[in-house]
Amino acid sequence: MPYQLVKYALSSKYPRTRMFTATVDLKDNYDVVIIGAGGHGLAAAYYLARDYDITNVAVLEKDYIGAGGTGRNTTIIRSNYLTPEGVRFYDESLRLFKDLSTEFDLNLFYSERGHFTLAHSDSAVRTMRWRAEVNKHMGVNSEFVNPDFVKESCPYIDLTCGGNAPIMGALYHPPGAIARHDAVAWGYGAGAVKRGVEIHQNTEVVGIDVRKGKVIGVRTNRGYIRTSKILSAVAGWTPQITDMVGIRTPIYVRPLQACVSEPLKPFLDTIIVSGSLHVYVSQSSRGELVMGGATDPYDLNMMRTSLEFTEGLASHMLDLFPFLSEVKILRVWAGLCDMTPDFAPIMGKTPVEGFYLDAGWGTWGFKATPISGKTMAHTIAKDCEPDLIYAFRLSRFEDFELTGEKGAASVGH
Amino acid sequence: MKILNCPINGPRPIHEFIYGGEFRDMPDVDAVTDGEWVDYLYNRSGVPGIKREWWYHVASNVWFIAERDTATNVVCKTYLFEGRRNYE
Ligand SMILES: Cc1cc2nc3c(=O)[nH]c(=O)nc-3n(C[C@H](O)[C@H](O)[C@H](O)COP(=O)(O)OP(=O)(O)OC[C@H]3O[C@@H](n4cnc5c(N)ncnc54)[C@H](O)[C@@H]3O)c2cc1C
Repeated sequence: MPYQLVKYALSSKYPRTRMFTATVDLKDNYDVVIIGAGGHGLAAAYYLARDYDITNVAVLEKDYIGAGGTGRNTTIIRSNYLTPEGVRFYDESLRLFKDLSTEFDLNLFYSERGHFTLAHSDSAVRTMRWRAEVNKHMGVNSEFVNPDFVKESCPYIDLTCGGNAPIMGALYHPPGAIARHDAVAWGYGAGAVKRGVEIHQNTEVVGIDVRKGKVIGVRTNRGYIRTSKILSAVAGWTPQITDMVGIRTPIYVRPLQACVSEPLKPFLDTIIVSGSLHVYVSQSSRGELVMGGATDPYDLNMMRTSLEFTEGLASHMLDLFPFLSEVKILRVWAGLCDMTPDFAPIMGKTPVEGFYLDAGWGTWGFKATPISGKTMAHTIAKDCEPDLIYAFRLSRFEDFELTGEKGAASVGH
Repeated sequence: MKILNCPINGPRPIHEFIYGGEFRDMPDVDAVTDGEWVDYLYNRSGVPGIKREWWYHVASNVWFIAERDTATNVVCKTYLFEGRRNYE
């Protein structure tokens, strides 16, 4: 047995080369500066380099790669949204996700589980049926199913929910999936670096210089950079960045908490979401239950967790799965969510020339990582927005053309 | 912030309250431009810092103002709304 290992010692292929090269000094000029090395910023850098050959790009990150929502989310990927614009957009993302492991040569553990959104009231049933019709019309696999179907797919569920809120049916979305969130950021980051992009961690943007309505440079804690194009992809920190260029947005920031249980033997194949009970859960490949709920009920720019959240979530988990009462919670954490009034993102150009915005990702942005990167790269390279994100433009608020996606949020907020 | 001080009822547990959003001064509807109206309707100040906010004590039907730091979740003071007067 040890002899089999010797080949690794002698082969020049091992150890595998590092994904990220050591940090270099900042240059004083880049074609594009991307603020935020979350999945979205890194994906935009990747597609700028791959599809448009724009490689004189710096991604600036005040913390470490994936420090924001990218490394904190519950990794659910789905496209069963409510508006045709949303369904089309998220479904394109899902399509891109499927090829990423091969493209990156890195296993993202993309795993299709089937996604159930439970309905416990007549009005929820109505919204599920509505969503199913919109989804089908857009060619997305999604249907309303009865409680027996839910029970068959998830035998351990208590359909009566302790008698409090009996399950009346569910929106079933077979392509619903989970994937390893850190690896998504690493894959995009490594792919961008391989093509010449620089990623600078521990580099905070502290100011943006605008002259005659145009972006001219970025101030950082490591020095000044000249550039004419900036992408802000900082999710929960967006208001701080838009403040630097004098743009007002409808974004407000709320923490969203999540937790994992101790690992259990596999018993839950599907992703279960209940809007009325404020809980969503899937079982990771390590056996942990990954659980989340609603955002905190008031604005807060802080990533603290609270006992109220864990208690509330645990009690609703027991409505669904009473046998979990002895199971322990291992970790609880929170991330910042940049919420919008219509639960749709804000993407594209802004009133400041050369300042591009990718924000408003709230509790739903992980699934959009590939398509946001791709469409933002297009927007930056061509200085024009693709049709796919027209419905998400900042000016939709001035035009009173909101993209009402609240009915497709995982849990009622 | 586990306890919030209601100006009428005194310190009460936070779950007795509902958050009513950032306090915003409504512009004069007769003089306002479309841009100012949209700004009032939708835009918010999401930057961390001390904000004036509406809070509601559910049990006793009291709406009031809290000044709270959204970077630290510390409430500096709470008081009853007295028209525009106490914001100028
Ligand atoms: C608990 C939780 C569960 C979630 N579950 C899901 C889910 O199941 N499915 C889903 O689709 N979405 C989910 N989301 C939402 C999702 O996580 C986010 O929308 C997404 O990660 C946003 O990615 P991003 O790359 O835009 O931003 P982030 O990953 O937040 O990255 C932004 C980066 O910008 C950096 N930054 C900020 N300010 C500066 C500055 N001044 N200078 C330099 N760098 C800066 C930050 O350090 C951070 O690393 C969840 C979120 C949370 C918190």
